[in-house]
Amino acid sequence: MIEIDNITKRYDGVAVVDGVTLRIEPCTICVIVGTSGSGKTTLMRMINKLVEPSSGRIRIDGQDIAGIPAFQLRRRIGYAIQGHGLFPHRTVGQNIATVPKLLGWDKDQTAARVDELLSLFQLDPAQFRNRMPHELSGGQQQRVGVARALAAKPNILLMDEPYGALDPVIRAKAQQDLLAIQRRFGTTIVLVTHDMEEAIHLGTTIAVMDKGRLLQCATPAQIIANPATPFVAELIGTSERPFRMLSLSRVADHVEPGEAAGEPIDASASLRDAYGELLWSGRPALPVRLDGRIVGQVTLEGLSRLAARPQ
Amino acid sequence: MVLAALFVLIGRSASGLTPPGDSFARVSPGAGFWLLVFAFALLVTDALTRLRLPPWARIGILMAIAGAVALLLWSGSWNDLSTLKEYGTRERAFWAEARNHLVLAFGSVAAATIAGVPLGLVCYKIKPVRAAVLNVLNIVQTIPSIALFGLLIAPLAWVAANLPGASALGISGIGAAPAMVALFAYSLLPIVSNTVVGLLSVSPAAVDAARGMGMTGRQRLLVVELPLAFPVILTGIRIVLVQNIGLATIAALIGGGGFGVFVFQGIGQTAMDLVLLGAVPTVVLAFAAAVVLDALVEMTSRGGRRP
Repeated sequence: MIEIDNITKRYDGVAVVDGVTLRIEPCTICVIVGTSGSGKTTLMRMINKLVEPSSGRIRIDGQDIAGIPAFQLRRRIGYAIQGHGLFPHRTVGQNIATVPKLLGWDKDQTAARVDELLSLFQLDPAQFRNRMPHELSGGQQQRVGVARALAAKPNILLMDEPYGALDPVIRAKAQQDLLAIQRRFGTTIVLVTHDMEEAIHLGTTIAVMDKGRLLQCATPAQIIANPATPFVAELIGTSERPFRMLSLSRVADHVEPGEAAGEPIDASASLRDAYGELLWSGRPALPVRLDGRIVGQVTLEGLSRLAARPQ
Repeated sequence: MVLAALFVLIGRSASGLTPPGDSFARVSPGAGFWLLVFAFALLVTDALTRLRLPPWARIGILMAIAGAVALLLWSGSWNDLSTLKEYGTRERAFWAEARNHLVLAFGSVAAATIAGVPLGLVCYKIKPVRAAVLNVLNIVQTIPSIALFGLLIAPLAWVAANLPGASALGISGIGAAPAMVALFAYSLLPIVSNTVVGLLSVSPAAVDAARGMGMTGRQRLLVVELPLAFPVILTGIRIVLVQNIGLATIAALIGGGGFGVFVFQGIGQTAMDLVLLGAVPTVVLAFAAAVVLDALVEMTSRGGRRP
């Protein structure tokens, strides 16, 4: 658990982060969203002491980080940044082994961990271990960057716009991978982005920042339904709200009894996908398929109800 | 392009390398010969650059050429050339001055590297120091070399006279000491500025990642910043080494020794062959140093930079 308590950072008297209090529960993904200059990156960098706060406290699992030497703290926290920040003169394997080496793991243990992580990120260890970073594609570099951040099995992973440089298709895949890895390791992730779509997709909670202040911190559904300020509403996009709402749930959770005709939709698809399919095919209802069986239907009428503002 | 370069190479090895020994035997080569050699050398260098040979191959070719020339010298077929006749009468002095020259050039570069890289590091870390140091070094660089040699006579003579033990170390107003100090001073700017530029060119994302992963300042410097800046620093050393090999010739003017001794003797006696006895080894040495260090720079920057 990360507890940020009334933290402020001033540069030359100007508060970049202004009295932010935030609690990040263990094993969740907290996405900090804001425009550039909102202080979101500064807030994140204070968690691993890359930025020293002007006032306020941060506790990790109850321990005040002010008392921990910065380099020791950072070795316990994974750190992945935009543009991956891989060391260009070291191989993929050496890059991933950075923190284990700093922590003094023995060679076999480190090598095993490197191979494990490469496999986890769908990079064949034999093929990629000894490559140089510039020989990889952008998406592969990004995966190696995240693998490196996870190398020493940190409880917490900080990510600064990790997918900013990727094209949409690769980004969607990378986000999927991140969710799978988060579920597998139970890592607490703090992710900074300016993309509300990404925040809604990934976040257990979303923290919206503007001009150094925390405007709202809530679940995606709450943020969409009840934006705390006009700025938050604007960030979500007023006309996008019903679709964002639908994108939060799976078809499986809203199956209605009944039979519909035509091509079925998979139960694991989001309601947004189902809605899109309904509109595109001009049908009033779609059959829902779960494990190859038709289990019911979703209807245009039902989805419209779900997309409406919660009362 | 490559084919043309190959033709040039073949033509060169056939006509450029062998005939001078035979056709110009017992004569002093005229200006035409030197022009020809110069033109061929240019052609070969150009061809080699176009071939984009791997660094090892370039060092190999250099060794081969050096070996061929050494063989020609050894075989005695050039012995009747006037420059070599001059060498024959000054054999002892030639090797002594060669040693002086090497000590002056390499010693000053080594000293400048030992002092310049840490100074560059300080300049990189502390911005106000950077401007000050680089400005001072820039001014030093603009002082004409002969003037700097002269300027150093007074302070070094004073040091030799007033500091006990200084003159025992060989420090005096004229001779090798002021030459060394002057060469050292000229070397500092390229080395310091290349260290700063090299460190500044290290990807900020890599440095940030290194910090974020918990490397201490020293680990960051040794594992990330210096290795990534190394090719640029080496380029600085290369510039300085080639520059100092040439500049060390002037040291002869203040009694510092080196190949310059023959050059100035030759000028004094209007004996071109004597001038060449000093000039040719200097040029060859500078050229060889350039080739070797260029190859080293390329080898160290592999993988470090995007191709």
